[in-house]
Amino acid sequence: MKDVTETFEIVAAGAAVASGPAPTTPKNVPHRGGPENPSAEALRAQFGDAIQKVDVCWGETTVYVAGKRLGEIVRWLHDDPSQQYDYLADVTAVEYRETEQPLEVVWHLRSLPYRRFLRLKVEIPKGAALEADSVWEIYKGADWLERECYDMFGIQFRGHPDLRRILMWEQYKEGYPLRKDFPLRGRFSRSEQLRQALAQNPEAKYSMEELSIADAFAELPKDMRQRLSAGERTGE
Amino acid sequence: MATTTRTIEVELSTSGLDQAGRPQRVPLVTNDGGTAVALEAPPMLEPDLEGEHMLINIGPQHPATHGVLRLVLELDGETVVRCIPHIGYLHCGFEKIGEYRQYNQIIPWTDREDYLNSPGNNVAFALGAERLFGVEITERCKVLRVIVMELSRIISHLVWMGTTCIDIGAFTPFLWAFNHREEIYVLLEQWVGARLTTTITRVGGMAADIPDGWTERLQSFIDRFPKTLNDIDEMLTRNGIWVGRTVGLGVMSPEEAINYGLSGPMLRASGVAYDVRKDFPYLYYETYDFEVPVGVNGDVYDRFLVRFEELRQSTRILQQALDRLPDGPVNIDDPRIILPPKSKATSDMESMIHHFKVVMEGPRPPVGESYVAVESPKGEKGYYMVSDGTSKPVRWRIRPPSFVNLSAIPKMVEGHLLSDVIAINASIDIVMGEIDR
Repeated sequence: MKDVTETFEIVAAGAAVASGPAPTTPKNVPHRGGPENPSAEALRAQFGDAIQKVDVCWGETTVYVAGKRLGEIVRWLHDDPSQQYDYLADVTAVEYRETEQPLEVVWHLRSLPYRRFLRLKVEIPKGAALEADSVWEIYKGADWLERECYDMFGIQFRGHPDLRRILMWEQYKEGYPLRKDFPLRGRFSRSEQLRQALAQNPEAKYSMEELSIADAFAELPKDMRQRLSAGERTGE
Repeated sequence: MATTTRTIEVELSTSGLDQAGRPQRVPLVTNDGGTAVALEAPPMLEPDLEGEHMLINIGPQHPATHGVLRLVLELDGETVVRCIPHIGYLHCGFEKIGEYRQYNQIIPWTDREDYLNSPGNNVAFALGAERLFGVEITERCKVLRVIVMELSRIISHLVWMGTTCIDIGAFTPFLWAFNHREEIYVLLEQWVGARLTTTITRVGGMAADIPDGWTERLQSFIDRFPKTLNDIDEMLTRNGIWVGRTVGLGVMSPEEAINYGLSGPMLRASGVAYDVRKDFPYLYYETYDFEVPVGVNGDVYDRFLVRFEELRQSTRILQQALDRLPDGPVNIDDPRIILPPKSKATSDMESMIHHFKVVMEGPRPPVGESYVAVESPKGEKGYYMVSDGTSKPVRWRIRPPSFVNLSAIPKMVEGHLLSDVIAINASIDIVMGEIDR
């Protein structure tokens, strides 16, 4: 076998993003308990009552926070030099089969310099408005993740610049697919779903933002222009 | 051609540069005297494009979008001013379906999201489920899974390299890459009987142990593969066309790359040495000796170099894993999770009852949740599972690296030429099956 490191003059071996001892594969992780992420204690000290509960499950720390202060808490986690949660891994939500259990919005954060992983949760009681703070201002990567969460669960992210459906099409009428009250096969009959899907033809439509590009509007077919000027919203 | 205003005589051995050192872009034709002439087209007045922007739609059915991706572009002349991506054409609701399936029944779905990395997804899902079940897999299984993950990384990077070469205009490396990809698919087929949709893992073990003679065939692959890599290296790395079409495109600074949530080679090309295998290790990756290559400029060329070097590093890991492969059982010894052998299930009454119970009721993890991320060829692939104590997850979430990487495409293409959109899009290494799920 040839020496495989020969091209390293072009691509360097990267220095680790974090200092400190090299981490190892977790072993014999307990179900509950175990060491807590130090950021949880720092959060309690910093935000007090806004930190409702800290749970360690399979070695992963989950911090339940008050929904109203989430944006502030994430901003602090991102900016504070002792935390540096600079990487947003995921934004999602969980709805439980138990109908009384609150719906949870979940943020998975990573601190690359400290090699920490933290899960933040906001509980939304059943019947309350499905709203959460957007973290788009802090992490640009949250844009599509929050749009997907809105698309699948109907959670409104306050402060998101462009919250619209992303995987389903804009005129999708059946609701939010990952909610537990949404049947696996959809709300409508198969034939109705097929009819609606075929009637979409999304490539024939442009959003108002896209239509604002120069003269694209003037080049549209006459009937479409008439419909649009009558106030109809098109496309995604 | 008769209407051209003037002709410029150039030598056939032209350097391709004019006197000012700019590329000579006019076409060469041979005139009657046997010398080559470059014909200069008549000067055309540039139309006044001030304020007049064009709307261009690429996709969803387009060979260079690597799947059903639709990009709506606003162009000023040939320069992209704005890019609005549309996805969702392949949305199948994997996560919804997973809520109605037992854990082992979800593994086939993981094949079908990032279908270039099926075995790697299987391993990632099994690792997540095993954390949720609280079981520790056997030593042999760990090493076999490392082999599987690195093989699938090689598959994915080879497909990426081949298709990107086609996009940019080189054909030969595509054939070399797909040749070796085929060899790995044969290896996988000999192991589990499937090529693309492998379903190679089970919760607590593997679908099967490797067959006799398999390690020798893998060794033969490891021995021959670096030569092909060197050939592709010679062909591309210093190739003027390749360099000209990739350098300086789609640059992401390290801070931007982290803030946009990029991962995998996309992030490392920007100079951030974040690799889940090193920073949040699994499968004892910390005991393998390998380097994390990082780029300098964060452009398309650096992404190519990083992926290329990862192929070499994966070969290194494969060799180490093969050398240390221990004997012993592949599956854990836990009858609540692992099925009895098929031969016993059809001949032995107790085994049949056992088989029936495990299949019909399904293994039940305790109440809890887990997020396990692995370094997939595209980046950080995470599986987030929430259990309420029943045999089916309450929530099964895929953290799709391609999805997050693609979300930065407007940032990357704006200001570049239309033809460079193809190269930048190719450099993200997207798989629409994973983006839409």
